[in-house]
Amino acid sequence: MKFLAEIEIMPHKELLDPQGKTVAKNLKYINIDGVEDVRIGKHIKITLEADSQDDATEKVKTACEKVLSNPIMESFHFTLSEA
Amino acid sequence: MKFGVVVFPGSNCDDDMIHVLGDVMKSEVVKVWHKDTGLPGFNTSDCIVLPGGFAYGDYLRCGALAGLSPIMSAVKDFAAKGGMVVGICNGFQVLCEAGLLPGVLLANSSQKFICKNIHLKIENNETPFTRLTSKGDVLKIPIAHAEGRYYADENILGQLEMNNQVLFRYCSPTGEVADEYNPNGASRNIAGICNEGRNVFGMMPHPERASEEILGNTDGRILFESLLNHVLESA
Repeated sequence: MKFLAEIEIMPHKELLDPQGKTVAKNLKYINIDGVEDVRIGKHIKITLEADSQDDATEKVKTACEKVLSNPIMESFHFTLSEA
Repeated sequence: MKFGVVVFPGSNCDDDMIHVLGDVMKSEVVKVWHKDTGLPGFNTSDCIVLPGGFAYGDYLRCGALAGLSPIMSAVKDFAAKGGMVVGICNGFQVLCEAGLLPGVLLANSSQKFICKNIHLKIENNETPFTRLTSKGDVLKIPIAHAEGRYYADENILGQLEMNNQVLFRYCSPTGEVADEYNPNGASRNIAGICNEGRNVFGMMPHPERASEEILGNTDGRILFESLLNHVLESA
């Protein structure tokens, strides 16, 4: 079976996100006001073959834990659907 | 004592390091390829160096993919046996991502690439990498990085301090450690650390760029001299 995982990785709340902060500061130049905060993370799509939903979940979770995110600085969550 | 300098795709300080270790320090030094699966010919009185650069393009996170490369399994085994491992700049990032050193290097708080001389205060001179320095000494060594903000949670920082694993902190030319001398926002001004076993060392500044008279700065030499001295004394 083919699955599509959509993974979101975000820097931990307590961490300074200089990229987000810089974007937040500059949105005023296109006349967007009221911006309180911007946090920038990653969105990763993985298409994979797996025997079952559980198998796919396990594979994606392992990828997230071991490579795609670093638990010291980021958290992740993902959704899985049949592709 | 032999040095092995690992070359990853995207390493760009490997030849500088080889020049300093070989031509300046007169040591035996060889290149080690990132796809190598072992470190034959190296023993625990030798040292593996992970140089600066942008290994694997720093894709995903700096050091993350290099940390998974075949050579890093061999480097982990080598370190577990007591072999010395030094990571400079991107090499420090790789060591953190590979789990050989605690913490992580985040984007500089200024969101800028910073290339300039900074000052480092020696916090622990009782390691093979710092043994010829004195506690409190100040070294002027350049940094060149966009992601050098050392970060670890309070628990890990507490352990680092308790075990004297902090080797260098960013400071003033006279050794004052304060926020204004912290170029990248690093936790507690940390510029370099070692593992608990005192055989894995990581630092963001580049001592290999400060090891020759002709470059106007030789403050970095003492770290390489320390490694050589350590091996000589232990022989």
